[in-house]
Amino acid sequence: MAISGAADARPARAAFYNDPKVRGIFYQLVLFVVVLWLGYEFVINARDNLRAAKIATGLGFLDNTAGFSINQTLIPYTESDTYGRVFVIGLLNTLLVAAIGIVLATVLGFIVGISRLSPNWLLQRLAGAYVELIRNLPLLFQILFWYLAVLGALPGPRQSISLLGEVFINNRGMIIPRPVFAEGSGIVLAAFALAVVASIGLRVWARRRQEATGQQFPVLRTSLALVVGATFVALVATGFPITFEKPELRGFNFAGGLRVIPEFVALLIALVTYTAAFIAEIVRAGILAVSRGQTEAAYSLGLRPGQALRLVIVPQALRVIIPPLTSQYLNLTKNSSLAVAIGYPDLFAVFAGTTLNQTGQAIEIIAISMAVYLTISLVTSLAMNLYNARVRLVER
Amino acid sequence: MTDEAVNLAFARTQMIDAMAPPRAAAGAIGWLRKNLLNSWTNALLTLLGLYLVWLIVPPLIKFLFIDAVWDGASREDCLAEKVGREVGACWPFIQKKFYQLVYGFYPSDLYWRPNLTFALGAALLIPLLIPKIPYKALNAVLFFGVFPVVAFFLLVGGVFGLEHVETRIWGGLLVTLVVAVTGIVASLPLGIMLALGRRSQLPVIRFFSVIFIEFWRGVPLITVLFFATYMLPLFMPANWSIDSLLRALVGVALFSAAYMAEVVRGGLQAIPRGQYEGAMALGIGYWKMMGLIILPQALKLVIPGIVNTFIGLFKDTTLVMIVAIFDFLGQLRAAFADPNWSTPSTLFTGFAFAGIVYFVFCFGMSRYSLFVERRLDTGYRR
Repeated sequence: MAISGAADARPARAAFYNDPKVRGIFYQLVLFVVVLWLGYEFVINARDNLRAAKIATGLGFLDNTAGFSINQTLIPYTESDTYGRVFVIGLLNTLLVAAIGIVLATVLGFIVGISRLSPNWLLQRLAGAYVELIRNLPLLFQILFWYLAVLGALPGPRQSISLLGEVFINNRGMIIPRPVFAEGSGIVLAAFALAVVASIGLRVWARRRQEATGQQFPVLRTSLALVVGATFVALVATGFPITFEKPELRGFNFAGGLRVIPEFVALLIALVTYTAAFIAEIVRAGILAVSRGQTEAAYSLGLRPGQALRLVIVPQALRVIIPPLTSQYLNLTKNSSLAVAIGYPDLFAVFAGTTLNQTGQAIEIIAISMAVYLTISLVTSLAMNLYNARVRLVER
Repeated sequence: MTDEAVNLAFARTQMIDAMAPPRAAAGAIGWLRKNLLNSWTNALLTLLGLYLVWLIVPPLIKFLFIDAVWDGASREDCLAEKVGREVGACWPFIQKKFYQLVYGFYPSDLYWRPNLTFALGAALLIPLLIPKIPYKALNAVLFFGVFPVVAFFLLVGGVFGLEHVETRIWGGLLVTLVVAVTGIVASLPLGIMLALGRRSQLPVIRFFSVIFIEFWRGVPLITVLFFATYMLPLFMPANWSIDSLLRALVGVALFSAAYMAEVVRGGLQAIPRGQYEGAMALGIGYWKMMGLIILPQALKLVIPGIVNTFIGLFKDTTLVMIVAIFDFLGQLRAAFADPNWSTPSTLFTGFAFAGIVYFVFCFGMSRYSLFVERRLDTGYRR
C-alpha cells in the first residue's frame, strides 16, 4: 500500500540547532553562565573595593559598641550597648508601629469602605472624597505633612492640649498615663489570658455544634462577658493592683506618664490613613462581589438582615477581601521603613541609617535589612497561600 | 357585542395624564428624604457628615483664598503683625521658590532645555493617550524609544555644543518626572520579559525570574534605593563612578519591573489556552506567537493594572529624597529651611501647593485608567 511506503521514508528531521529542546537547553545555559559571571564579578569587585577602602567584613561589627542614643526603646538600652542590640530595638520598633497600624487601618478602612456603600448620599460622597484624596498623594508627602506641618505647629509643653486631663498633646509628643503593675497583677493578667483562651475554645465548640446540629450559640456575647467578667473578678479579688500614673506638668516638661514620641504619632497617623484608603476600596469591592441573589436567597430562607449579613454575605465577601487585605498589611509594614525620613527609630533608620554610617559595612547591613523584610513578606504570603487553598471554592 | 362595548359611555378611550407624585416623594424634598433622612440613624449620620464638611471646607477656603497673601517680597509680607489681619496661605513663598521647585539648581539661562524636553514629552504622550488618533505604533516607538535618548542628551548636554549640566544640580519637578518616566519606560519591557520568563517552560529561566520578582517585591523601595546607592558601587570595578541619579534610576527601574511583571503575568494567565494552541498549530514560533497573538490581547486586558503601577511609581519617586536626590518634595523641604521665608503659614502653603501638584498628576492618571477600562471592557470580564 501507498501508505506503508510513506511510513518507510524517514521522518523529516530538523537540523539539531532548530530543535526546540536543544535551543531551550542552550538558552538556559547562556542565562546560567551570565548570572554566574555577574555574581563572580560582583564578589571580586566587592572584595577589591572593600580592601582598598579598608572596610572590615563579616558580622563581627554586631558585637561592637554602638555609642549613639535612640529616642524610643521597648527594651532597656544604653549607648554602650552593641549594634546587635540596636538591630533588635529597631526591629521591635518596626513591629510595634506595624502591629498598631494594621489594627487601626483595618478598623478605619472597614468604616470608610462600608460608608462608601451607605444609602446616605452625603456619607458616601465624603468617604469617596477621602479615598480619592489620600490615594492620590504620596505617602512620604503625607508623613512629612503630619510631622512638620501638623505636629510641628502644636504648642509647647506648658500650653499642652489636654484631653480629659489624662492625655496631653504638645510638640514633644503625646503623654499618656502609665500603667503601674503592683504585686498581684500577674493573677489579673493570667485571668485575662485564661478567659481569652476559653473564648477561643467556646467558638470552636459552638462552630462544631452548629455544623452538626444547626443550633446556634451566642458566642460573641458570651465571650465578651467571660473576658470582662473574669478580668474584673480577678481585679476585685486581688485589690486592684494595676493603677495608672498620671502625667503632671513640672517646670517646663511633664513628669510621669508615658511619652509617645511625635515621630511615632506622625508615622502612625500617616500609615493608618494611607493604608485605610486602600483597605476601604478592597472592602467595597469585596462586598459588591457578592451577588444580590445571595442576599435575596438569605431573606427568602427567613434570615433577618443582621443574620443574612453575618452568615451569608460577610463570609463570602471575606473570601475576596482577605488576600488583597494581607498584601496591604505587608505594604504597611514595608512602608514603615519611610520612618527614616522623620527620624523614627525603626529597623531601617537605626540599622541601615545610623549603623551603616558608623561602620560603613554596607553589604552586610543592607543584606540583613533586606532579609528581614523579605522574611516577613515570604512568611505572610506562605500563610496567605495556605488560607487561600482552604477557602477556595470547590468546583465540581 | 364588540360594537356595544365600544359605544359604552363609561369606557375611556384616552389615557389620563399621570398624577404628579406626592410632594414628599419627588423633587428636592423627595431626594433629601430618600438619600439623607430615610431613617433615624441616617439622619444622624447626615448631621455628622455636615459637621465634618463644616469643619473642613470653610477653613480650607479661608486659608487658601480669603486670608491668603498674594503679593510680597519677603516673610514680612506674610506676618500677621505686618499685614494687620489673620494670614492664610503665603503664596509669594511659592512664587519666589517656583523655579527651584521645578528645575532645582539647573542653570537659569538653560531653562529652555528642560522646557523643550517637557514640551516634547507632552507632544508625544498626549496623542498616545487619545484612542482616536492614528499611528499608535509609530507614536509608541517615538515615545518609548526615541524620546528618552533625545531627552537624555537635551538635559545632560555635553554634545552638539550643548553645555554639560551635572545631574547633581538637577532638582524639583524635573527630577521627579525624569525618575518617573525612566521607571515607566524601563519597567514595561523588563516587566514583560520577566513575566514571560516566569511562565516559561524552561526551568532555569523560570527559576531566575521567580527569584528576581519575589525578591524585589518582598523588600521596601527604600532598601532598594539604599542598595543602589551604597552597595552597587562596591560591586562595580573601582574605576567606574556611577552618577548618583543614575544609581537611583537603576533601583527604581528594577523595583518597578518586578511589579510590572506580576501585572503582565495576570494578563497572560487570562488568555485562554486555545489561543496558545491555535498559534502553535499554525506553526508559529515562540516570539512571533507572543508578539503577535498573546501579548496584544494580554496587555490590553491589564492596561488598568499597568496605569495603577505607574501611579504607584510616580508616588514612590518621592523616596529618592531619602538618598539625597532633591526631587520636588526634597526641594520643598529645602525651601522650608530658608529663614527668609519662615512664617507660621509657610509649611501649610508649601504642602498645599505640593499636594495640589501631586494630586493633579495621580488623579489624572487614575481617571484615565478608568476611561480606558470602560472603553476596553469588551466582554472578557464576567
